[in-house]
Amino acid sequence: MAEASSQDLKQTPLFERHGIAGGRIVPFGGYALPVQYPSGIMAEHKWTREQAGLFDVSHMGPSFLMLTSPSGDAETDHAAIAAIIEPLVCGDIAGLKPGQMRYTLLLNAEGGTIDDLMVGRQADRAGSLYVVVNAGTKENDFALIAAAAGDKAVLRRADSGGLLALQGPEAVDIMATLVPQATQLGFMQVQEFDWNGVPLIISRSGYTGEDGFEILVPAHMAVALWDELLVDPRVKPIGLGARDSLRLEAGLPLYGHDLDESVSPIEADLGFAVSKRRREAADFPGAKRILAEREGQLTRKRVGLVVEGAPAREGAEILDASGAPIGVVTSGGFAPSLGKAIAMGFVPPEHAVIGAKLQVSVRGRAQSAEIVPTPFVPHRYFRKSA
Amino acid sequence: MTTKFTPDHEYIRVEGTTGVVGITNYAQEQLGDIVFVELPSVGKALKKGDEAAVVESVKAASEIYAPVSGTVTEVNDALSGEPGLINTDPTAGGWIYKIAISDAGEIDTLLDDAAYAELTV
Repeated sequence: MAEASSQDLKQTPLFERHGIAGGRIVPFGGYALPVQYPSGIMAEHKWTREQAGLFDVSHMGPSFLMLTSPSGDAETDHAAIAAIIEPLVCGDIAGLKPGQMRYTLLLNAEGGTIDDLMVGRQADRAGSLYVVVNAGTKENDFALIAAAAGDKAVLRRADSGGLLALQGPEAVDIMATLVPQATQLGFMQVQEFDWNGVPLIISRSGYTGEDGFEILVPAHMAVALWDELLVDPRVKPIGLGARDSLRLEAGLPLYGHDLDESVSPIEADLGFAVSKRRREAADFPGAKRILAEREGQLTRKRVGLVVEGAPAREGAEILDASGAPIGVVTSGGFAPSLGKAIAMGFVPPEHAVIGAKLQVSVRGRAQSAEIVPTPFVPHRYFRKSA
Repeated sequence: MTTKFTPDHEYIRVEGTTGVVGITNYAQEQLGDIVFVELPSVGKALKKGDEAAVVESVKAASEIYAPVSGTVTEVNDALSGEPGLINTDPTAGGWIYKIAISDAGEIDTLLDDAAYAELTV
């Protein structure tokens, strides 16, 4: 990977804070971000699983898709805004309740994944969706959504602000000291809150498998919020390295690695993101392929592997028991919470069976690997019954 | 007994005709937590610059090159169970392998303490 010179890299509102905290800055998605702080990836990872980690994810693409002329009737306006974005994605956006958020996929005409994203229905603004896309794909995503909006809606980017993720078992108690009402959110709910006169968009969501929150804060208050959260001794800043190992253990795909324009939701084992109503209507991009794959016409499927010995990294070949290549690792590394190497990759469906004994090729040597259920480490989301 | 360094952050501690090879404290700091070490086989013949071992951190794999030519005489098996020794004690308990040096002249081409220190400022 060619490294962009530091002048080409964008900085988040928290850039100086990372330097002060001793963060090792690397280029990521066009931004200068800390891969780790002095305590290191292993310690940061474990801290997040045991206490609470604070992540700067301001490189991502938060935005608001808002009706140009809302009627004022919440249901009518929601139906209208949902109708704008639904042709691009496979999720049921029309069916979102106020304050509900959903993981969905932007698809191309062939059913390949342009991006994975979050879409939330704003409870307090009729005809407005909160849309958060990935950093590396955001320019294209925003262009696609804006084109779909035409003159019916406007896409307001919010990616010049701060986006903070507070993740871990202590996150909720820490949030209680900051914005107590936000602790009432259940997993995948989003709402606007007031913090000392500053509007925050807070969702109960994240990318670690832990309970936690993602907080959109205006750029000029991002440092104040970051500092305030770090006053609590249970909170430590966490870099991109641990963010990656945490999401890997949680079995969550990373766009550009486990997902790309060739990979369909069914291949990626993200069938849950193809909502029932959309399936029945077959009205999303690539529906023909995706529905056929759902019926079993599948050539590859994403699986989780526990690897014996050296970590199998992205690009490592997956072999069957006889040593014949059958697939490739798309994410892999060492799992700090498990003390062993894990990986995700794609294999033909006949091999995608829990317990199947396979191999991975690491530096030309075959090592044992076994297909296991994902997540590798159980999710600990705070789900509220509807 | 002298210790010399490569620009790739390996050290070799010369004890007579044998060299003890590992990575420097600077290198282990850069790599972070070591989670796996692939050791060379005893008896393996290495040329200066050959890949001799691989150390894996949480994030990435890094090749360890032979600082001089020779034959591997011993490997640090303790690293198989406790790869983190490279982090906690890189120059003593975290050594990686020993090599019978075939060309003592190659030692002189390596960096001394002062030259290596300058490299890692």
